[in-house]
Amino acid sequence: MSQSAIKKESSFGVAHIILFLAIAILVIFVAWPVLLILFNAFFVGGKFNSKDFIAVLTEPDTFSALKNSLVIASMTTIGSTIVGTFFAWLVTRTDLPYKKFMKGLFLVPFMLPSFIGALAWKMLLSPNAGYINRLFMRIFETDQPLFNIYSYLGISLVEVMYLFPFVFIQVCGALERMDPTLEESARISGAGLFTITRKITIPLVLPSIMSGALLIMLYSMAHFGTVAVLGIEQGIYNIPTLIYEKIHQSAGSFESIRTGAVLSTVLVVTAAAIIWAQQKILSKGHYQIIGGKSFRPMELKLRGLRYPLLFFCLAYIGFTILLPTAIIFMIGSVDTYGVPLTWANMSLANYKYILTEYDVTKDAILNSLSLGLAAAAITMFAGVMISYVIVKMKVKGKGILEFLGMLPFSVPGSVIALGVILAWSGKFGINLYNTVWIILVAYVARYMAFSLRANTAALEQVHDSLMEASRSCGATMWQSLKDIVIPLVRPGMISAFFLIFLPALRELTVSIMLYAPTTRTIGVAIYTLNEDGETVMSAALAGIALILIVICQSIINRITKKAGE
Amino acid sequence: MENIIRIKGVAKAFGKHTVYDNLNLDIVKGECFTLLGPSGCGKTVLIRLIAGHEVPDAGKIEIDNVVVADSETGTYVAPERRTLGIVFQDYAVWPHMTVYQNIAYPLKMEKRPKDEINQLVMRMIDVVGMNGLDKRLPSELSGGQQQRVALARALVADPAVMLLDEPLSNLDANLREEMRFEIKDLQRKFGITVLYVTHDQEVALAISDRIAIMDKQGKIRQIGTPYEIFEEPADMFVFKFMGIANFLKIREADGKFYVGGGTQEVSLNAPKANVGHEWVVGFRPSDVSVSRTDGTLKGIVRRANFLGATMDYAIDIDGETLRTEIVTHEAISSNLMFKEGEEIFVTFKALHWFDAEQLKEVEE
Repeated sequence: MSQSAIKKESSFGVAHIILFLAIAILVIFVAWPVLLILFNAFFVGGKFNSKDFIAVLTEPDTFSALKNSLVIASMTTIGSTIVGTFFAWLVTRTDLPYKKFMKGLFLVPFMLPSFIGALAWKMLLSPNAGYINRLFMRIFETDQPLFNIYSYLGISLVEVMYLFPFVFIQVCGALERMDPTLEESARISGAGLFTITRKITIPLVLPSIMSGALLIMLYSMAHFGTVAVLGIEQGIYNIPTLIYEKIHQSAGSFESIRTGAVLSTVLVVTAAAIIWAQQKILSKGHYQIIGGKSFRPMELKLRGLRYPLLFFCLAYIGFTILLPTAIIFMIGSVDTYGVPLTWANMSLANYKYILTEYDVTKDAILNSLSLGLAAAAITMFAGVMISYVIVKMKVKGKGILEFLGMLPFSVPGSVIALGVILAWSGKFGINLYNTVWIILVAYVARYMAFSLRANTAALEQVHDSLMEASRSCGATMWQSLKDIVIPLVRPGMISAFFLIFLPALRELTVSIMLYAPTTRTIGVAIYTLNEDGETVMSAALAGIALILIVICQSIINRITKKAGE
Repeated sequence: MENIIRIKGVAKAFGKHTVYDNLNLDIVKGECFTLLGPSGCGKTVLIRLIAGHEVPDAGKIEIDNVVVADSETGTYVAPERRTLGIVFQDYAVWPHMTVYQNIAYPLKMEKRPKDEINQLVMRMIDVVGMNGLDKRLPSELSGGQQQRVALARALVADPAVMLLDEPLSNLDANLREEMRFEIKDLQRKFGITVLYVTHDQEVALAISDRIAIMDKQGKIRQIGTPYEIFEEPADMFVFKFMGIANFLKIREADGKFYVGGGTQEVSLNAPKANVGHEWVVGFRPSDVSVSRTDGTLKGIVRRANFLGATMDYAIDIDGETLRTEIVTHEAISSNLMFKEGEEIFVTFKALHWFDAEQLKEVEE
């Protein structure tokens, strides 16, 4: 050992730099905006004022938005839980034909952005102009529509169609991993299938069902697109749409920001409570009976019901996915909304116009692609660093980071949008408002949770001794990170990248509150075209967006398959 | 003899759990030194302290006359500058690198020329018997082969000291036996100092020049050669830790020693009489011979178990029970196949005398 080795250690300094950076990122991107919202909600003129907070909440339109959010979220949660659990049971625990294929099919709704779905249902079932309603009225010679999609029930049903996979995935996982001997021993003890299901199976998968349901609750409470497309016409606002409406109408007046801040506070608190409840449920003892191994579970023989149920599943997918997708493409092909959908009326003219001539849509596609790529890359690297500190490092002050790391999970999109407006519109020296950068900042905050989750999981697989071994082989901390840790977490990083890129490509909630004329994203362009009555153009752009999503998804599937090998 | 590792007054605690409060240990250059102790006594922590993956709360650690950690002066030398080779319990072979890349890594970090790296790595691969496997990934290797890669990686840069943390505990019994001799061979071949940490007394006896026995509280009970540790244990803990042990309570009366409450006397290796003192004798099953006709003590066979190659007897002597084993074919040829309830005579070949106080600790 050379004498130069006798130096005071510096790698603790390095550790502190990383910790500091990690904390700084979370504070700047997430904590600071949220703090500003809380400040604006509770402080008036620099003084704490909780009376005003209550006063804002009890104003008629804020109160009804709160109520609507709750009603729609509850209905959506109940519906999605029933649909998701039923289909999950069908593809894991019965002898349904083509189960594997069907399981894949039930995940397709994830690919269809729900506001595009809502747009399609508006075209099909709006009370006067919807194609299905018009067909119905013509055939039965009535002026009563078959179904009014501009209603609580309509909004909830559309949300269920595109959100139920959250429950489906969770319950499928639990049912597949459940040790079948638990059920077999009940059967040996003489219990019938009904008793086994009621007393053994359901209690065991209940935590997964609940956790999926809470996820949907959280998502629906803070969901913008569907309610914006289907509710506004009938004056149905939920929390995010009201925040948008207030900010948008008044161009950021103090009153509207205050109302937005108060509503956002309600969302943040609700989200925190939901996440807390979810973790509590998942960490309960009896959940551990479900091991990590895959078993061959007991299957119920459907007998005569096999093909009718398969047909039902296919019909469900056809009705919720194929029909809306088809209508989007068809409306995108006609020159005016409302003409009969015949071959003679259809052409590719709209698509051509949107892709080659119309600046708004060209910009939007470019903006969404570059924002998606940038947000995914930044968030991926930041997420790796933060997860590394949380999972691997032993430094003082890590507790702060663990707390901050929980924050991105409980901050919904519309809250983030309002937060970045408060933080980055010049009050604190930097003005990003009306630029594409403010959207980027908001995306990073919005998708940090995805990156943290993927990278934490990947890092937990990398045993500490692998890095210690490289240190003892003469590698510095940076060298070890570069040679050992990064290559080993690369699959996690890649999946984080795409987990962010895909949703960012179709993002609406955040961008709708932050866009300027030249910084529309695809989601904003579709939404504003629709709002302006350019229905066929918005449908054509939605069609192009769907094609883009499918292409990206299939590229991703290929890459992640390769990375997993 | 020069000490290559010096540990002086080291203390280490994790939260409220104290691992050591004052640990002192010296390891001589070129020896194979084993730290032997029960699981959870803090053996691994010592390796991590020496390697620099933990920092001592108090005390000083020197490697090759260089202070690498000193709580008083705040000295702490980073792991990568301690020129040690480590083999981890889980091997820690990097899964994304081939056998060759794994072994070459320490040399690459030293920035040695390419052809020298190639030469040294291929030689190491040959030494650990992995010829032809250099392009394999760890996932394509067996546990024993991964173990060899870990050993080769630890040795390739010619470190002053090699630290081995229970490197054999994940291997099956046959492989374990084979590998422990290979480790010993490598140590001799390279003339390297080895600190080996294990809870397996057989491995420790087989490979060590010196052994230190550590108890659950992180205190070192005895340091000595394998022979000293086995034959001259410092206390009952050491004796019990080194293999199956029998203990008989001894009553002292009029300067003589009697088993249990009876009147049969034992005198082998007896200490000086010390009135009022309570004694326990300890011995291993192999220290006992039995007979039908004569011996030091007379007892009754309480239980006779046929275990295949051996017969296992539980013998009652004046209210005290001892266990012994005889090779079955010997028992048959010498007419020593006892049945339960039969009379049996016992003779000791060796006895260790301990203070009865110590019995409390080992019987926990």
